[in-house]
Amino acid sequence: MNAVVPTDAVQAAWTALDVLADPEIPVVSLRELGILRDVRLGADGLEVVITPTYSGCPAMGQIEDDVRATLQAAGLQGRVITQLAPAWTTDWMTDAARDKLRAYGIAPPHRCASQPLAGESPLRFVRQAARPERVPCPHCGSSHTVESSHFGSTACKALYKCLDCQEPFDYFKPY
Amino acid sequence: MSATANYLLHLADNAVVLGQRNAEWCGHGPALEEDIALANVSLDLIGQARLLYQQAAIELGGDATEDRLAYFRDVPEFRNYTLLELPHHGALVGYAKSDLDYGTTIVRNFLYSALMVLVWEQLQQSKDEQLAAIAAKSLKEVRYHLRHSRDWLLRLGDGTDDSHARVQAALDHLMPYTQEFWSGSRMEAAAVAAGVGVDVAALKSDWDQLVDDALAEATLQRPKGEGYVTQGKNGLHSEHLGFLLSEMQGLARTHPTATW
Repeated sequence: MNAVVPTDAVQAAWTALDVLADPEIPVVSLRELGILRDVRLGADGLEVVITPTYSGCPAMGQIEDDVRATLQAAGLQGRVITQLAPAWTTDWMTDAARDKLRAYGIAPPHRCASQPLAGESPLRFVRQAARPERVPCPHCGSSHTVESSHFGSTACKALYKCLDCQEPFDYFKPY
Repeated sequence: MSATANYLLHLADNAVVLGQRNAEWCGHGPALEEDIALANVSLDLIGQARLLYQQAAIELGGDATEDRLAYFRDVPEFRNYTLLELPHHGALVGYAKSDLDYGTTIVRNFLYSALMVLVWEQLQQSKDEQLAAIAAKSLKEVRYHLRHSRDWLLRLGDGTDDSHARVQAALDHLMPYTQEFWSGSRMEAAAVAAGVGVDVAALKSDWDQLVDDALAEATLQRPKGEGYVTQGKNGLHSEHLGFLLSEMQGLARTHPTATW
């Protein structure tokens, strides 16, 4: 019998899950998006910690199934834990993921760390801009773009249009 | 029932009832973008409701599950604000041209999102850690809901004579229902005393500021908002909630043991 020793199991799980893609945006992995938070050894064996993006994201069930199937295919046993805190933010998205999104035709999110955290009250010297920053077109790079709708094809995206190349595109909203 | 469970149900019922109401626009939106926007807002609200019902089910123990709480409770057991169950139109007197008025939808979403931005901000400090975690997520979502409804409030209010008149009428119709936000209840007082809930009445001046700023920009007149104070959060609802629930719960009640 070749029982996998615990530390190897964690490493093996990371390796197997590292390439697992997001079901709705298959060019980026769950790890790059910041959805896959941790793989650890709990009292009952392997634990994979994931965090939902939007509260109502319909992909979460699929993601849980994908994680389980991937572990099983790698010959590993484990359970999936959904953890809400700290709340997922697009700031966790890696630079590599941002580049992949852009290449896929989705403008990556601006950083949103300036949103006040619980209990903090930032000093504001100017009124916050009513409009977000310019979103460069992922097709031609032009900043001459307009928002068509705050809400797009999935909860995490807004709909934009480039006024130079005339192409519509998705913008991954800062969250 | 514990103060925490009661309070979680209040928050969950608010979210699920407005989520169901807004979802009525799915396939009927005034423009494709708005159809998608309202469906997305509903998705967020129903997602929040699920997290809250799941937590309430843990608090309640026994055979409570999120589905039982959403689908197998009756009108008097729902603790949502009456404002959220009202249909997408004003009182149907005189001539009723349409039973779906986007101005009413926008005004309601604006008045409620402006409240929830403040409520979720405070609830991040709730002693109930799971509620604090749900609040941190919901806050990010409701900021977008407020932005969306506020933008449309401006566009309709400061738009054509017709859009201005309709959104002003919606405001006159709905503002009295916001009195329920500030009227206390035993359910909320118990949650505040336990360190779980937020004292909503203390948020009124911030809410007034948010509302007054937007109304001024939208060239709308703020109605006094007086009269009967609704009691939805205490289980006394308008006649509209029963119809909404029968549509939402019908499938689950017809096939109570179904799985999919």
